[in-house]
Amino acid sequence: MLRVRNLKCFYGRIMAVKGVSLSVNAGEIICLIGANGAGKTTLLSAVCGLLPTWTGEIEFEGQSLKGLDPPAVVRRGISLVPEGRMIFPPLSVMDNLRLGAYTMYKKKAAEAVEQDLESVMTLFPILRERSDQPAGTLSGGEQQMLAIARALMARPGLLLLDEPSMGLAPMIVEKIMEVLEVLRSRGLTIVLVEQNALAALEAADRGYVFETGAVLLQGSADELLADKDVKRAYLGKDYGDFYDAV
Amino acid sequence: MQEILQYLFSGLTNGAIYAVIAVGFSMLYSSTDLINFAHGEFVMLGALGMVSLTAGFGLPLIPAFFLTVAGVAAAGMLFERLAIRPVRHPEPIVLIIITVGASIFLRGAGMLIWGKNSYSMPPFSDHPPIDFAGARLLAQSIWILVIVTVVTAALHLFYRRTLTGKAMTACAVSKKAAWIVGIPTKWMVLLAFGLSTGMGAVAGAIISPITMPSYDMGTMLGLKGFCAAMFGGLGSLWGAILGGFLLGILEALGVGFVSSGLKDAAAFILLLLVLYVRPQGILGSADVKRF
Repeated sequence: MLRVRNLKCFYGRIMAVKGVSLSVNAGEIICLIGANGAGKTTLLSAVCGLLPTWTGEIEFEGQSLKGLDPPAVVRRGISLVPEGRMIFPPLSVMDNLRLGAYTMYKKKAAEAVEQDLESVMTLFPILRERSDQPAGTLSGGEQQMLAIARALMARPGLLLLDEPSMGLAPMIVEKIMEVLEVLRSRGLTIVLVEQNALAALEAADRGYVFETGAVLLQGSADELLADKDVKRAYLGKDYGDFYDAV
Repeated sequence: MQEILQYLFSGLTNGAIYAVIAVGFSMLYSSTDLINFAHGEFVMLGALGMVSLTAGFGLPLIPAFFLTVAGVAAAGMLFERLAIRPVRHPEPIVLIIITVGASIFLRGAGMLIWGKNSYSMPPFSDHPPIDFAGARLLAQSIWILVIVTVVTAALHLFYRRTLTGKAMTACAVSKKAAWIVGIPTKWMVLLAFGLSTGMGAVAGAIISPITMPSYDMGTMLGLKGFCAAMFGGLGSLWGAILGGFLLGILEALGVGFVSSGLKDAAAFILLLLVLYVRPQGILGSADVKRF
């Protein structure tokens, strides 16, 4: 569904992603893990059109995404849940959701929008309760749910999530991961960028481990969970063992 | 008492004008982070456009009004398209200097088209002034207050009720977030320019009968509107309205009770006070950016 080949991303003269290739098949949950500055967010920015300065290939459903701006990428069927949620705090929850459907309204699909509103509010019942409240009054977890729901309103085929667990309690992270499973079972393809590698790998089918702008390791989620280096570096396990061995 | 009422009437009339101009500044600032120092020049275009269309081309009042506003809004959008959007490094200070340049250009163009003379324009209707507890209210003042109310209400509904209005608010909150969601932010900026300069044209058109419109009227009106917007809180619709009316009334009282030389100074003294005491304005949010 999504295919990235030899992607190099530049901020001015600095290369933040140094030749990454990866593929995402329809119906998969893929997670990208790695430390801060490993290039995960940069890769998402390139895919969704925020960062135009890249070389290589990004293909979605067989068509290149080169030169598209974010609204055009959204119309192609890719939605991003950005890092830090980026909801619109002064607007009501309902308005946030409707703005998520901006491209749908422009396609004259107002009826579909009403259905989608119903479906995301069933998925996240708390949003229905708070639909008239300004989005800025929601708790962190609720804001994250709103950000995901807003992205879903554009009816994407591929959902990109950047650090959805950031700053949230483990219970809420679990809830969000459950929702992602539900969405996948409805046919959505998901790419998840996470520093919380354990939660991400438990939800994912396959994963890519990033380090300083390149893919260090890739494999099924189980393989990565069992991998010694991944455990040591990203899961915080066996640190003692590692230390003793040195 | 009668005097105070008279000052109040003239203050309200001027205040309504400042309010509309301030709203133009404020809405453009909130969706683009830009102070358009050419805004006053669009007010001038509105006033002189109105004069030309009615006196010069003999159009009836209502079509002339709408044509003027639409024409000036189109000019504002052209300005964005030609002078603002192509800037390669759109830092605020660069853009502000461009708007200052545009204001000089527009004033020059106004002088070439309309000459250096002042024009006069008959009021929208020739009712005699209305007596109100001994004070007199001009018919044109009522026109001004009514039109300003209608325009403000329409703008409020546009922001609150329409998808495009909400999308513009979203752009004002965070351009990046709006872009990610699929809102074409460039189009929103263009629209903000059109609406803002259109508001300027409304102000120009409705005051043309009570001032003597000339090519250089825009500078002072623009600065007054800017003071009003700062006073009320830049970026807030109701702040701009409140700031405009308060400025108009304070100015009128200053002229009436202290000295008529104080008229223009009042706005700038007020601006300085606001910047010292409450830089975010009366209704503004606390995080004010410095350039």
